[in-house]
Amino acid sequence: MRKNQFTKTNLAWLLVIIGSYLLINVLISAGVINKIYQTVMLTIGINIILAISLNLIIGITGQFSLGHAGFMSIGAYSAGVIVKMMDGAPSSVYIGMLVGILISIVVALIVATPTLRLKGDYLAIATLGFGEIIRIVIQNMKITNGAAGLVLPKLIDWPVVFVFLVISTIVIVSFTYSAYGRACISVREDEIASETMGINTTKYKIMAFVVGAIFASIAGTLYATSFYVIKPEIFSFNKSIDILVIVVFGGMGSFTGSFVSALLISVLNTSLQSFADIRTIIYGALLVLIMIFRPQGLLGKYEFKFSKLFDKFAKKEVRQ
Amino acid sequence: MIVLQTKNLTRNFGGLAAVSNVSLEIKKNELVGLIGPNGAGKTTLFNLLTGVYEPSEGTIELLVDGNLKSIGGLKPYTITNFGIGRTFQNIRLFKELTVLDNIKVGMNQNINYGVLTAIFRFPKYYSEEKRVHEEALKLLEVVNLVDKKDELAKNLPYGEQRKLEIARALATNPRVLFLDEPAAGMNPIETQELTDLIRKIKDDFNLTIILIEHDMSLVMNVCERIYVLDYGKLIASGDPDSIKNNKKVIEAYLGED
Repeated sequence: MRKNQFTKTNLAWLLVIIGSYLLINVLISAGVINKIYQTVMLTIGINIILAISLNLIIGITGQFSLGHAGFMSIGAYSAGVIVKMMDGAPSSVYIGMLVGILISIVVALIVATPTLRLKGDYLAIATLGFGEIIRIVIQNMKITNGAAGLVLPKLIDWPVVFVFLVISTIVIVSFTYSAYGRACISVREDEIASETMGINTTKYKIMAFVVGAIFASIAGTLYATSFYVIKPEIFSFNKSIDILVIVVFGGMGSFTGSFVSALLISVLNTSLQSFADIRTIIYGALLVLIMIFRPQGLLGKYEFKFSKLFDKFAKKEVRQ
Repeated sequence: MIVLQTKNLTRNFGGLAAVSNVSLEIKKNELVGLIGPNGAGKTTLFNLLTGVYEPSEGTIELLVDGNLKSIGGLKPYTITNFGIGRTFQNIRLFKELTVLDNIKVGMNQNINYGVLTAIFRFPKYYSEEKRVHEEALKLLEVVNLVDKKDELAKNLPYGEQRKLEIARALATNPRVLFLDEPAAGMNPIETQELTDLIRKIKDDFNLTIILIEHDMSLVMNVCERIYVLDYGKLIASGDPDSIKNNKKVIEAYLGED
C-alpha cells in the first residue's frame, strides 16, 4: 500500500514534468509565447534554481547566507572563460558548468568550515563579505576581463534551463525529504537538541551549504550562456538580496513557495519595466505589504504534495 | 558494574563554581535521582555529562564495549553515539517537525543510506525509510502518541511534549538516559503515568536512568538511590529513606533553624 503511494506520486510528478514541457512547446509554436516571453521564462527558471538552492540553506537548515550571488558568479565565469577558450562550441557549456561546480564545492568548503560556526547575524555578515571578495577577485583578474566583463554567444535555450530546473528540484527536494534533510531541519529548529540526538550539526550545515552552492553555480552557468553579457557588477550584493527576497516572499522552508514567488517576482519585474521611474517604488511597496500581512511569506511552510492529495481522495472514497 | 563515573568533576563560570568536585558512581540498570534546591547545579552537571559544557576539571568515564572510556569534553553528538540520551528541563523538541519526524531525527545515526541514495531514491532509501517508520511508530506506542504522529510537535499539550522528548531520547538507542525534570508542570495523574512509564522503559530498554526532579513523591517513589547537590557540591547520597532523614539535606532545603 505504502510502496504503491510512492510510485503513484513519482508517476504524477513525471506527468507534470512532461505535461508542462509539452504545454510550453505547444504555446511557443502557437505563437502565444513570443521571443520576449521566452527570455522571461529563462529568467524565471534560473531564479527558481537560485531560490530553491538558497532556501535549502536558509529555510531548511536555518543558516542565514548572503553570499549566494558569489557562487552564481563562479558558475557564470567558469562557463564564460571556457566558452571563450573553446570558441563557443556547444559542449563548452557543460564543461564550463562542471568546472564551475567543482570550484564552487572547493570554495564553499573553504568558506563554510570557519563561518558556519557563527550564528545568525554574524554568519550573514561573513557570507556577505565572502560574496564581495569573489566579486573583487573576478573584477581584478585578466582571464575574466575585469570590470568590462565577457561577451558570450547565446548557447542555450529554454529546454536546457527546463531540464536543469527539473534536476535541481529533484535533487534538492529529495535531499530535504530524507534523513539528511530531517537532520538539517533539526539544526534549524534547535541546535543543542540536534547535537544531543547524535547529529554532527557542523557536518549537516556544511552539506546544505555545499549543495546550495552547487546549484547556485549551475544557475550562474545557465545565466552566462543565455544572456550574452556577464559583468562582475551583475553578481554584486544586490543580486544576493534579490534571491533572498524571492525566498522570503515565497516562504522560508517552502519550495513550492520559492517556485510561486520566483514566477511572480520575475513577471512583476518584467511587466513594470515600462514604468522604469516608479518600478522600484512599486516593487518595494509590494514587499513591505507582503511582510506586514504575510510575514511568513506567501505560502509559509506549506508544500504541495501529491501524496497528500491522494490521501484526501482515499479518505473520500472510504466515506462514500 | 559501573556504567558511568565522574571524579572531582568541576565546572566554573567566571568565579562561580556551578559544579565543584563532584564524584559519582552509577551502576548498570540503576535508577538514580539527582535532587537539590534551585540553582544547585543539577542541570549544569547534566550538561557536563552530555557534552554541552566542557569540564573545567575532573574526569567523566562511560562504559563503552566493556571498558571505561573518558568522555569529558567530547562533542555532544559523539557522547550520544556512545550511548547517552537525554531530555531537557525546558523542552527542546523540533517544534516545526511532526511527532513522527521528531523520533526519526533521533534515529538519524542509525539510518544506513548515503546522500546519493537519498537523492536518486535507490531502493535502499525506501527499505530503510520503511524500517525507520515502523521503529518510530513502535517508540510512539511506548509513550501512547501513535494517534498524534502527524501533529506538529509544537501543537502537543505540555505533558505529551515531555513524553515525546523521552521517546525521542530513546530513539537514539541509549544505554544511559538522563531525564531533566520530566514531571515539571504535570498534574498528579500525569505524574503517576510518568512514574509507570519510567519504570517500564527502564526494564524494556535495559536502561540506566538518572533523573533530576523536584517532585519528591516521584523521586522517593522510583529512585533506588539519590544524590543531593547544593551550591555545586555533593552533600549526600544514599537510598530514599536515609536521604529523607539526612540533616544536611533538610538544612539545604529548609535552611538552618
